[in-house]
Amino acid sequence: MENIDRAIINRLQGDFPICAQPYAAVAARLGLSEDELITRIKRMLHDKILTRFGPMFDAEKMGGAFSLAAMQIPAEDFERVAEIVNALPQVAHNYQREHRLNMWFVLATDTTQGINDAIACIEQASGYHVFNMPKLEEYFIGLHFKA
Amino acid sequence: MDDIDRRLVVATQSGLPLTPQPYHTIAAQLGITAEEVMARMQRMLDSGAIRRIGVVPNHYALGYHANGMTVWDVEDERMTELGTKIGALEFVSHCYRRPRHLPDWPYNLFAMVHGHDRSEVSAKAAQIAALLGDACKQHEILYSSRILKKTGLRFGG
Repeated sequence: MENIDRAIINRLQGDFPICAQPYAAVAARLGLSEDELITRIKRMLHDKILTRFGPMFDAEKMGGAFSLAAMQIPAEDFERVAEIVNALPQVAHNYQREHRLNMWFVLATDTTQGINDAIACIEQASGYHVFNMPKLEEYFIGLHFKA
Repeated sequence: MDDIDRRLVVATQSGLPLTPQPYHTIAAQLGITAEEVMARMQRMLDSGAIRRIGVVPNHYALGYHANGMTVWDVEDERMTELGTKIGALEFVSHCYRRPRHLPDWPYNLFAMVHGHDRSEVSAKAAQIAALLGDACKQHEILYSSRILKKTGLRFGG
């Protein structure tokens, strides 16, 4: 990766400005032209070096509900249950992890009741228990990856 | 959050326009002024509805191949104090207190640790263990072996 791309990633994970010409403002700090900065961000999005560029919303503050949930699924039944879980639009991420509890997914819904409904739906369709692990307290969020 | 805020969220959740005046571009889409777009986004940023504005790097592309969910069985009375310490570590991304499910699941503190490989993740977990000391009875690192689904959170429009 080029040094300029690294500098863009390292400097632009948090404080993209809200002003009439924000790219020009950031480009000046990085010693680039506005056009070059825009072109580089476009290319890094296209090449999937960046997954996103823009505002990160806190959905909970906007009235949504979230939870982390885990299941213990026997290997021979894993793919069937993964299909059931992934099919729910309320499931945002789903990871297989190396543990007795081997399926971990994030539920995002409009209301707390929506979380319970989604869990009930998964339990009924899969035949396995869902461990609901909503966050009780948050200590930090937002990793600053060094490129 | 009123209706215009919601329309702003829908218009920007997949990303900011890559035009020299992105807030003007959004304003034109929504039929409001750029000044109003900027004022509303600033207000959402101040209230925390927008956590931050910037790039989200693909951590795999940056060489962070190992992602370990470290889970800790921490004394309840010391949870806030210790959770705050762990959350402040630069290599911890998400750090939450979550409910135990005894006897199946004794862990109440979750800290996501990213590293270039598993040995880096376990070395970082050892630093967390040292910080927690006697207040932690047991811990585990759960490595992800496969992404089964990954979609960004989306709000209806």
